[in-house]
Amino acid sequence: MAEWTIRLISIASYLILAPLAGGLIAGLDRKITARMQGRKGPSILQPFYDLEKLFSKETLIVNKTQYVYIVCFFVTMMLTGGLFFGGFDILMVFLTLTTAAMFFVFAGASTNSPVATMGAQRELAQMLAYEPMILIVAVGIYIATGSFKISEVIFSDMPAIVKLPGIFIGFVAVLTIKFRKSPFDLSTSHHAHQELVMGVSTDMSGKMLGLVELTHWYENIILYGVVALFFVYNSLICIPVTIVGLLAVFLLEIFIDNICARVKASVMIKYAWGVTIVAGGINILVLEYFI
Amino acid sequence: MAKVSKSPWLMHYDASSCNGCDIEVLACLTPVYDIERFGIINTGDPKQADILLITGGVNTQNKAIVEQIYSQMPNPKVVVAVGICACTGGVFKECYNILGGVDQVIPVDIYVPGCAARPESIIDGVVKALDLLEKKNTEMKNKA
Repeated sequence: MAEWTIRLISIASYLILAPLAGGLIAGLDRKITARMQGRKGPSILQPFYDLEKLFSKETLIVNKTQYVYIVCFFVTMMLTGGLFFGGFDILMVFLTLTTAAMFFVFAGASTNSPVATMGAQRELAQMLAYEPMILIVAVGIYIATGSFKISEVIFSDMPAIVKLPGIFIGFVAVLTIKFRKSPFDLSTSHHAHQELVMGVSTDMSGKMLGLVELTHWYENIILYGVVALFFVYNSLICIPVTIVGLLAVFLLEIFIDNICARVKASVMIKYAWGVTIVAGGINILVLEYFI
Repeated sequence: MAKVSKSPWLMHYDASSCNGCDIEVLACLTPVYDIERFGIINTGDPKQADILLITGGVNTQNKAIVEQIYSQMPNPKVVVAVGICACTGGVFKECYNILGGVDQVIPVDIYVPGCAARPESIIDGVVKALDLLEKKNTEMKNKA
């Protein structure tokens, strides 16, 4: 009974706090990016102003089906977060995360706009690039902690990163693709240097785009949650360590975003699979045969 | 009441500019002027833009494109004509292919003169556009 109460509180706090935290992270991201470029940058609350504006603007609907897909994207992402922060099976979390990403691809492709369709195809290429590594994360966490259940993983005897340094490096490497940051902002980009208009989100406007932004915030919190999963274990010392780890990953992603130019999809897949095989594969082999 | 003016996303279109004004528009994004501090983003998507910034006079070839971009923008929207060519046609006014200023094709709200328009005056024009955007937003809300 007590266990379910904790699960429900955790899920509820995710659903309420994730948009706030996600928005603040996005705002901090823009501020730090601006400072790295020697600019003043917008207010940290800017993403919230953007969202407020998007929800007050006129929504141009090209195709009603697109709205359905975006609502599915939003609901599936909340479900994924609920499964993750409720401490359920990590394999289930990754499967629903992929389902959510698929809905986003459908939403892009459903309008028949050439740029949005091409963006959707690139989004698929991005999924193709990061998906193997995400599965290896689940396998690695099982080998390291003996459980797929997040509620058991966080109470293991030592942090997962001790046994999974390679998988952690691999996951952080593909995280850039998942966050759609440069050099892998192929499907859609937050920067001014765009090549496919807005790629997969070209035909999304007003409330629809607002919902997509909100979903990305929910998604980012899940991804940072997976990063935290590598550090959390059955001890209070893990709290500062996790915070330092999350901050390091956050700053590294912004740094990579600022120093890299966009690459082609084929280069991205070679890079992502290369990292997956070398960092992830060797880590799993070592765990299986030498420890 | 939502504040549209706190997050104006800007779309820049080069009608038939000599690129002088375009360089000045891009200069607004640089560390010296940094328009992102007002929450302004340079977007390439008319469906996500609030302000349309046009440089250069409209010619017979891109008339349809300018009209299409304008019609694709969701309300409330503001059009800013940057540079003397976009305002009136400028030195190209008498050319066989030039229709004149942008206002010959779509309604223009703010005129920013200059050849090329200085980044300071472009920012000034955009900030004026923000007040107008807010006014249009209120009107839209009252009508609904």
